[in-house]
Amino acid sequence: MSGEHHSSTISAQVRRVEALLEERGLLAPGEVDQRIDEFAAGGTPANGARVVARAWVDPGFRDRLLADANAALPEVGLSMAGGLQEQRLKVVANTADVHNVLVCTLCSCYPIALLGPSPSWYKSEAYRSRVVRDPRSVLAEFGVTVPEATGIAVWDASAESRYMVLPRRPQGTDDLDEAGLTALVTRRGLIGTALV
Amino acid sequence: MTTTPFAPGTRVRTRTADPDGHTRLPRYARGVTGTVLEVAGHHPLADDRARGLDVPAQPVYHVRFRAADLFGSGEHTVTVELWHDHLEGPA
Repeated sequence: MSGEHHSSTISAQVRRVEALLEERGLLAPGEVDQRIDEFAAGGTPANGARVVARAWVDPGFRDRLLADANAALPEVGLSMAGGLQEQRLKVVANTADVHNVLVCTLCSCYPIALLGPSPSWYKSEAYRSRVVRDPRSVLAEFGVTVPEATGIAVWDASAESRYMVLPRRPQGTDDLDEAGLTALVTRRGLIGTALV
Repeated sequence: MTTTPFAPGTRVRTRTADPDGHTRLPRYARGVTGTVLEVAGHHPLADDRARGLDVPAQPVYHVRFRAADLFGSGEHTVTVELWHDHLEGPA
């Protein structure tokens, strides 16, 4: 599967089908873009960051999040039910023993409701093919050095679940409140290509 | 539900078939033994749905593989989400 679809046969087919549906009055002009905008609305890495900060300050929430993320998300006013059906979310926690990193080798599955649209590198063939085989080198190219003693767990979003990484709380942040902690968390941290 | 799910910890082997059409069993994970971590819900097999078939839901699992088993080298693990029909078990 190519990472570029602009001039591909499939995008021409999609445009043609869209035009036919509009001609027959089954679809209003621009409706597809509007629906996509509605689906993506509110989806931003700030949501994921808020979940992480709550987990850092509230061990009970952390436990509930790791056990059943879909049940825990409403505690911070979020859900995975924005699409056609509620998607299962699996949150994986970084520890001293394991660093987690996410990929979708088959396409580009990603928790849009929680993290917004995915970064372009996440959809690139280079990232998708290399991170499963040699994650330590790929992480190094992102500037992330995982200690040798820390194992790496790659998660391939090949089916119905979506994933989010719960990074480790940085040292020296004891004086920060939840909002201050939220500001520390990056999109790459939520994918596992940054430590936070 | 007619399919009895594999329990967490079960050693399973992925199928080796290379179907003509769509499959959610990644090529790099074919014919490899891994361990079921947990059941991740029940869904109709996407491979069949892509062929327009109306099929019942079946268990979907997080299955963890050692990189060395997948690629012949590496210390990391790769966890793939696979449908029951992608798996043979216990290996």
